[in-house]
Amino acid sequence: MTAVQAPAVPGGAAAVTPRAPRGRAWIVTVAVVAVLAAVPLFLAPFATTTLTRILVFALFAVSLDLLVGVTGLPSLGHAAYFGAGAYAAGWVSIHLTAQAPVPLLVGAGVGALAAALTGWIAVRSSGVFFLMLTLAIGEVVQQLGNTWESVTGGANGLTGIPSVRVAGAPLANAGFTYWYVLAVFLIGFALVWLVARSPFGAALRGIRDNEPRMRAIGYPTSLYKYAVFVLAGGVAGVAGSLLAAQARFVALPDMGFVTAAFALLAVVIGGAGSLWGACLGAALVILVRDALGPSLGGHGTLVLGAVFVLVVYLLPRGAAGVRLPRGRSS
Amino acid sequence: MTALRCTGLSRSFGALRAVDGVDLTVEPGARHALIGPNGAGKSTLFRLVTGTLKAHTGRVELAGRDVTRLSDVARCRLGMSQTMQHASLFGSMTAAETVALAVARHDGGRISPLPRRRCAVRARADELLAEVGLADRGDVPVPALSHGERKQLEVALALACRPSLLLLDEPAAGMSPAESARLLALLTALPKEITVLFVEHDLDLVFSLADSVTVLHLGRVLLSGKPDEVRSSEAVREAYLGAGRREELFLP
Repeated sequence: MTAVQAPAVPGGAAAVTPRAPRGRAWIVTVAVVAVLAAVPLFLAPFATTTLTRILVFALFAVSLDLLVGVTGLPSLGHAAYFGAGAYAAGWVSIHLTAQAPVPLLVGAGVGALAAALTGWIAVRSSGVFFLMLTLAIGEVVQQLGNTWESVTGGANGLTGIPSVRVAGAPLANAGFTYWYVLAVFLIGFALVWLVARSPFGAALRGIRDNEPRMRAIGYPTSLYKYAVFVLAGGVAGVAGSLLAAQARFVALPDMGFVTAAFALLAVVIGGAGSLWGACLGAALVILVRDALGPSLGGHGTLVLGAVFVLVVYLLPRGAAGVRLPRGRSS
Repeated sequence: MTALRCTGLSRSFGALRAVDGVDLTVEPGARHALIGPNGAGKSTLFRLVTGTLKAHTGRVELAGRDVTRLSDVARCRLGMSQTMQHASLFGSMTAAETVALAVARHDGGRISPLPRRRCAVRARADELLAEVGLADRGDVPVPALSHGERKQLEVALALACRPSLLLLDEPAAGMSPAESARLLALLTALPKEITVLFVEHDLDLVFSLADSVTVLHLGRVLLSGKPDEVRSSEAVREAYLGAGRREELFLP
């Protein structure tokens, strides 16, 4: 059973012990959420914005962890649905309305739809073949975004996205945007967490462990893989709508290979399958890329590469594996 | 009506005809053994019957229904259930979680995408574990189980699918004599509504359990009949030992 107990995100993450008794896990969860909610009251706007970006990327990484860690489908094209959701939410905000749930729902719908249209090819395979197919799909979707200039703005990106309006008023500053992103992140995380702990989630772990055996006991595994692929696409679309709300600008790299690879990196660093580990990984990726990168003369990715090598050598189960001895002796 | 009927079933790998025009009829309630020397095509025939491998020619009928074109998933839903030759389970789960997975699928109800308290599923899983002799091993992770226990868990997993036809691929392979005896007791105690077709090399087990035996040799059926006919057959002796050998294959 994948132990997923507390949505730990940077700030209070060090206190999380995933195998803790139920009561303690709840206390830790509440504490982490409280700290996260209070952050804008204490931090400078730039730090708040960085934390917002972390939350956006963390939700994206969590949706990918549902595929990689829970179902065992390593995807290199997941950014396609993140980007599709971001473009859709941005376009709706510009042309129709930026009223709160609308860009979010459109982002989720378009992300899920894009995953539904492309996923049926991918889920027929597994392992390296799945990796290559999703990579190809991601590149095709990015080319579509590049070509469809009237909607996406092509290589210039989608600019001039208005800020999200909640109850009629736009989210005027970084703190309000942060709270909006935090609320959506928590809902999205809770949704994925519930699915991972459900009977459906148990079946997904069965597919990860041994797909032929799952077929032999009567589970139509391709259908299950397709369902979780579409769900993960929808959650990635939600994360994309948060990107549009936070950056108010969507560009082609947001749906490209590098973004997808960073998300996969976040999942692996954090420990695939734990969900909260993916959040830690996302925090590390964003911090190194955005906060540390400029001071290293733009060589942030070099540090990420070094971190990745170290993690694979030292913590093969990622950060989540440190306190969680999931490696049962065989 | 027969429980399982295969007609003219063939499958080749390149030039090798692993299964070559096999006709096989299994009566309802039978304990039907499939034996034969190594390379006789037993495992391939099994995979053709379960649907993990597509037959090149021939038909498979399950309880009078043509299932040749159905997938392994659909065949399982129609009451065909199997254990694997090499225990093939779920590395991240406990024994009880493994069985619960199959129970949840076959005891009605949708597979919910939201968490549920599943007392009935858990109770049925514990019952099945007790049936195969793993009563107090439910919370043990699968990788920590012994080889024999994993084979027992395989049987529990197959029974959780509520089969009408149970296919066992070498259920006693690698078992200690004690474990093998317990398996024999378990299989003997199965209700007659469950038809059993099994591949086995342990001929003691075959002749104490089976009420009919089919001998495969080089992809073809050499002989099909009662255990006594098989025991006394000169052709079977030759297939196993070669024409020149005069040893007793089946000790009386």
